[in-house]
Amino acid sequence: MSEVAIDAQQLARRYGRRWALAGVTFRLPAGTATMLVGSNGAGKTTLLRVLATAIHPDRGSVTVGGFDVVRHREDVRKLTALLAHQNYLYESLTARENLEVVADHLRISRERVMPLLQKVGLAARANDAMSTFSAGMRKRLSFARVLLQQPGVVLLDEPYGALDPPGFDLVDGVVAELKASGATIVMATHQWERSAAMCDRAIVLEGGAVIFEGSAAEWNAGVPPAGPAASRAAAPRGETPPSQPAGRRRSGEP
Amino acid sequence: MIAALRKELLLQWRTRGQLMAVFVFGAAALLLFSFAIGPNASALRTFSGGFLWLGLLLSSTLTLAESFHAEMENRALEGLLLLPAEPRTLYYAKAIANWLQLMVLGIALIPVMVVLYDAGTTRLPTLLLVVALGTAGLSAPGTLYAAMTAQLKAKQTLLPLLLFPLIVPALLASVKATSLVILGDPMGQARPWIVLLLAFDLIYWSLCGLLYGRVIED
Repeated sequence: MSEVAIDAQQLARRYGRRWALAGVTFRLPAGTATMLVGSNGAGKTTLLRVLATAIHPDRGSVTVGGFDVVRHREDVRKLTALLAHQNYLYESLTARENLEVVADHLRISRERVMPLLQKVGLAARANDAMSTFSAGMRKRLSFARVLLQQPGVVLLDEPYGALDPPGFDLVDGVVAELKASGATIVMATHQWERSAAMCDRAIVLEGGAVIFEGSAAEWNAGVPPAGPAASRAAAPRGETPPSQPAGRRRSGEP
Repeated sequence: MIAALRKELLLQWRTRGQLMAVFVFGAAALLLFSFAIGPNASALRTFSGGFLWLGLLLSSTLTLAESFHAEMENRALEGLLLLPAEPRTLYYAKAIANWLQLMVLGIALIPVMVVLYDAGTTRLPTLLLVVALGTAGLSAPGTLYAAMTAQLKAKQTLLPLLLFPLIVPALLASVKATSLVILGDPMGQARPWIVLLLAFDLIYWSLCGLLYGRVIED
């Protein structure tokens, strides 16, 4: 993987007439953990889905591990794993079978499945159908799915969502482990304090544009962004620029 | 390919109750067709091949549409594509699984047809071959169109609307070959229809495999 793990330049994506991402520019060094924050509808999920090649950008470019997400989609997919809102799991299959499907497709030994289920605290429910699982258990299983992929770039969309307090600790442990293994992590989250303690960098999105990019510690300490963010996006030509909030907002912090 | 096919068969096994429901639907359709003809043994036997394929066709729309339900429920198909899994591999695994399901359904409906229409035949292997080739002709385009319509609200309506015109040649060849097998084939006419069916199957399976990637990717 190149030194710059993710390089987004004027990235834009729209749904119908609404720009979900309006010219996002940032660079993430390899091996760093980045928290992606912003209010609901700020464009976090869309950004992660573009990075994972689940959707394509309408304008701009983005490379992951040096591979363009449009032209080298397969290479990007080999590098990345996405923990999405939709858990990518089959309801009628058991927890173990769901992971075995992934292992079979990736030609990984099925022997890795049970230790992973143990790790996420689902070993006792390994042979139960997914349809009997609670939202938190589904999230744990999704985590196991991501870990099974052994990705170089990990994209986590609301990893703490639906989890209980031990689940929060599980996420923290997994992120620390992935970071130690050299993986690049991008984590969209509303658990700002918790994530800031684990992440090196922070990107704040608002209205589909980057309004802050810098160190997570700096952002968490409340240092305002110095002037107009260098990475602040210009809206794609011919469209109304998204509203740019004056500064960092903390009112929505849990 | 084996991994994808194994997953498809596992999913089908877990939802095997649906196959029984579809079989009952197909058998009910055959029963209704026999009522429409009335107690005319000769007419029943003459049209039995057509009715068998109509029953199979109507049942196939249910099984084909349902085959993508599990894939769309938690965006599981997207999850596989992001692993990455080759779209063509996923297509052929799904199409083969659907084909096997339709073939089982077709074979299960043959005794119903024989009983209701007095349409027994001694050429059972040939009849089974026609059922296998005919259901392959339903499965390949059916899987493609089921993928296209899986995310639409009106999928149950749109799937037959899109599928039926496309499979007319395969359906026609299947009906003709089945009728000849049941009614007798002194002139050896069944063979050209079976060859034609095979040719259409090859076209469907090749083209649909090529198009599937474009259909399911954003």
